[in-house]
Amino acid sequence: MRLQYPSNIEIIKIPCSGKVDILHLLTAFEQGADGVIVAGCMEGDCHYQVGNLRARQRVQRVKEILDKVGLNGGRVEMFNLSAGMGTRFAEISREISARILELGPSPIKTAREKADRPIMEVAE
Amino acid sequence: MIKAVPKPLEEIIELIKDLHKVLVVGCDGCVTVCEAGGLKEVGVLSSSLRLNFTQANQRMEIDDTTLTRQCDKEYLDQLKDRIDAYDAVVSLACGCGVQYLVERYPDKVVYPGVDTCFMGVDLERGVYAERCQACGKCILADTGGICPIARCSKRMLNGPCGGSEKGKCEVNSEIDCGWHLIYERLKTLGQLDRFEHPVAPKDWATSRDGGPRKIVREDLRI
Repeated sequence: MRLQYPSNIEIIKIPCSGKVDILHLLTAFEQGADGVIVAGCMEGDCHYQVGNLRARQRVQRVKEILDKVGLNGGRVEMFNLSAGMGTRFAEISREISARILELGPSPIKTAREKADRPIMEVAE
Repeated sequence: MIKAVPKPLEEIIELIKDLHKVLVVGCDGCVTVCEAGGLKEVGVLSSSLRLNFTQANQRMEIDDTTLTRQCDKEYLDQLKDRIDAYDAVVSLACGCGVQYLVERYPDKVVYPGVDTCFMGVDLERGVYAERCQACGKCILADTGGICPIARCSKRMLNGPCGGSEKGKCEVNSEIDCGWHLIYERLKTLGQLDRFEHPVAPKDWATSRDGGPRKIVREDLRI
């Protein structure tokens, strides 16, 4: 299909969206991710019955946590897609990428960079 | 088992906001089963706290660990080499665990990370219901295995009261009338004659009315 989607997205493959844990999502943000998309199968089509429904609940919980810790819950989103919906995947990627760009870089990444920066650089 | 619910994140943030190094300690016991204070919840809370203080550009180090139980000295001892390095501890154990941690480390500030609710059962994942109030003198043999102390809102020993309607309690229509349940159960067992012999007033000295309780089992002591 040769569809274009933003190159700033890193794909992490998992066997089922039900494998995604709250801790995985929080760790991504701790490591400086600006946003995370969880793409699960269509509701009712989960090969493990309720994996995608569990993922949706966990994403919702992470949204609430992000709002409480000042990171904005809009940085994480769950979508339901089938393997044949490449066009929709590209569309979602563009949509979320634009939303994240609007929200700006993750405050975690900015704070870390600031903390890592030397207080004074000495010229050799 | 003991049932608890996690305290709101903002409440914990408020408790530790002026500190710099905090240890979050979970418990592998009851609070793990009700998903309030086990290994997973400890990880989620620690990560959330780190995100909060990092984005606020506040110097804060959050570490975590989970003990087999916090209501036993042997497991609390496992913290002895590292606890001094922290300004405070957030314990995700039940109220018993938090207090025993305080007793073991009297110089350390310990904050509770969960609200301990009751002793109960898992109706389904995420739905827990009270079944025992630890009154210290079990009467389940007389009541068809359904406890009027825990399941009747008035803790009546000879119920039901006039507030029982269609099997529900007047306190809340979602609460089953404990005495209705007992009646139905005794009917099934063919023991309805139990209602012909009123139960004498209960000695509440074995419950909280006797003050804080303690068990000494000489047969178990060395």
